[in-house]
Amino acid sequence: MVLKAEPFVVNLGPVHPSTHGVFRLRATLDGEVVVNIEPVIGYLHRGIEKLAEGRTYTQNIPFTDRLDYLASMSNNLAYCLAVEKLAGITVPERGDYLRVIMAELQRLASHLIAVGAFLNDCGAFMTPILYMLREREKILDHFEMVSGQRLTYAYMRIGGVSQDIPEEFLPALGKFVAGMPGYIDEYDGLIKENEIFLARTKGVGILPKDLAINISASGPVLRASGVKWDIRKADPYSVYDRFEFDIPTGTAGDCYDRYRVRVEEMRQSVRILQQAMAQIPKGKVRTEIPLTFRPPVGEAYGHVEAPKGELGFYLVSDGSIAPYRFHCRAPSLINLTALRDMMIGWKVADAIIIFGSIDICMGEVDR
Amino acid sequence: MAIAGPITYYGTLPQVPPDWPGGFWGHWGTFVGIILVFVLTLVMGFIWVERRGIARFQARVGPNRVGPFGLLQPVADAIKVLLKEDIIPASGDKVVHWLAPVVAFVPVLLIFAVVPFWDGALLADLNIGILYVVAVSSLTTIGIFMAGWGSNNKYSLLGAMRAIAQVVSYEIPLVLSLVAVVLLAGSLSLNDIVRAQNIPFILLQPLGFFIFFLAACAEINRTPFDLLEAESEIVAGFHTEYSGMKFALFYLVEYAEAVAISAIIATLFLSGWRGPLLPPFLWFLLKVFAVFFLIFWVRSTIPRLRVDQVMAFAWKFLLPLAFLNLLITGVQVIVWQGVLPWPVIFVNLAIMVVLIVGWSSFFRLGGGRVEV
Repeated sequence: MVLKAEPFVVNLGPVHPSTHGVFRLRATLDGEVVVNIEPVIGYLHRGIEKLAEGRTYTQNIPFTDRLDYLASMSNNLAYCLAVEKLAGITVPERGDYLRVIMAELQRLASHLIAVGAFLNDCGAFMTPILYMLREREKILDHFEMVSGQRLTYAYMRIGGVSQDIPEEFLPALGKFVAGMPGYIDEYDGLIKENEIFLARTKGVGILPKDLAINISASGPVLRASGVKWDIRKADPYSVYDRFEFDIPTGTAGDCYDRYRVRVEEMRQSVRILQQAMAQIPKGKVRTEIPLTFRPPVGEAYGHVEAPKGELGFYLVSDGSIAPYRFHCRAPSLINLTALRDMMIGWKVADAIIIFGSIDICMGEVDR
Repeated sequence: MAIAGPITYYGTLPQVPPDWPGGFWGHWGTFVGIILVFVLTLVMGFIWVERRGIARFQARVGPNRVGPFGLLQPVADAIKVLLKEDIIPASGDKVVHWLAPVVAFVPVLLIFAVVPFWDGALLADLNIGILYVVAVSSLTTIGIFMAGWGSNNKYSLLGAMRAIAQVVSYEIPLVLSLVAVVLLAGSLSLNDIVRAQNIPFILLQPLGFFIFFLAACAEINRTPFDLLEAESEIVAGFHTEYSGMKFALFYLVEYAEAVAISAIIATLFLSGWRGPLLPPFLWFLLKVFAVFFLIFWVRSTIPRLRVDQVMAFAWKFLLPLAFLNLLITGVQVIVWQGVLPWPVIFVNLAIMVVLIVGWSSFFRLGGGRVEV
């Protein structure tokens, strides 16, 4: 008797527990093995790039919040940097320091979610993500203190930040930063050497160095493949050139390295926060800009090292109050292009954790 | 041949099993009542215990709104689930879909027929007790496969396929570790096995307990072997297409299986109802709870294995160890004529440590792709 087995198509998503939003993956399976995949995106498309062409430069800041809603502060920062580059505005020193503090706190929050959700994909029953949400809550409390919001902050403005921090902020932050390395050690101690976790992630979903560069991947995905590339060092913006920190890199480019890179980056973020808190000067937090703000005709590209990779905004100004073109270089979308190369040939369970290890946010992919 | 070591942990045994009033039918009726009412209540209680316990592990509170300490939460859930619409997929196999929860649920209840709650207090003291447990508990898998097939859903079918592969594989180390216990006790009847445990078999059979516990976790699809309902991969696995009371039955099966396997482990390895001071029944419950606690502790701590790793673990790790364990136990039973002296405890512990450490350096899961 000859057993006849055919590959069959399974729809993973758009409604599925581990697609991190509304991502849809049409996977062709041969038994348990993935033989082909076809990502379908666009379920969260809101036309933000087009909408932004009808709003003033300042009105566009809340739009950027809604791109990668797990890292709104970084989005604010990238956009504001682009506009400032376009109009030649300088930011007061205190404003720059506040921006760095917020961006690094945001990196911590985003990586906590990324690692927690990744462990959830590996099948750990909610425990890691709940531990990590505990610390993320504390970070959100700090954001609430400065901006009044917990998810979409719109805290940064063109020329600085919207308002100075309340006086209880820095002591509270100091307490948090002092405790955070202990929490990171706690997670890492539970996960790093776990035999099952190693068995699931080591050597799984390898993204080779040359391929990572060719698809212009960025962020932890690129660094896990062994490329030492971080915009904070390669093209320092804001006041990042004044801080001392390392760029953690992986060697194999597998899911385990991507996890390691994120955890190490969290440690580096804590280091930056400590230095920024010690150095922060007094003074103004914002350069005033005219109410009807019209940048000169021209174009500018401002980019930052967002938690998920290089986040850039390309703005073209025709001299009016609204941008003529507003383009967002979303790291999630570009990192996602490696999905097919990483996934094919692995089992369904691996496909899920490979997808989780890229750490995408659909708000940013679909825009 | 019972084992009478130099140390008797629990004093003298109560000699006479209770003589049930009303003869056969009185006995039968009482125990069917106990199993139906008591076991189901116990399962509901354990659902609450697990939810609260896991909540503590996860730095949160858990259900605490319905009744004192949220004790009525399972009741509230049951009422909610009863009022839900019962959906059968249009292209599903309706009869199979309808029958599946029943086929899965009944065998779990049947297991309790041979579990002694007290000396001689059990529905049927079968002289093939363990064999009955092994045979009946496997039937649940048929219900799970029926659910996967009848739903006409790809996730369900994937889950069902995984279930069959997993249960068939893990049955073998499970039964082999049972045989070692039977060799020690000299009987297949669960009540006689408890009576033979002057030293709890977990001490004489540490490796056997280890193998049995892992294989049982795989049998009842608990983490790290919960592949067939792997939420992050195949949504809810075989019961994706179930709603209402039929879903609730599958949910009950999951926990009833856990309670049943805890009861079996408590009986085989932790000396069942025996213990000092407290009434035997309470001892039994305590031991069941201890094993159940271990099961959900594992669940809230470690991630899931991949399907090929699960199979490799059964065939390359548990099976050889189970054979070695059986061989060692057999030799020991022959050498000491069935009466194992207590220093054997330390010998066996040492053997277990050496075997596990040795075998794990020889066979590693790490390093990615494991070919089966």
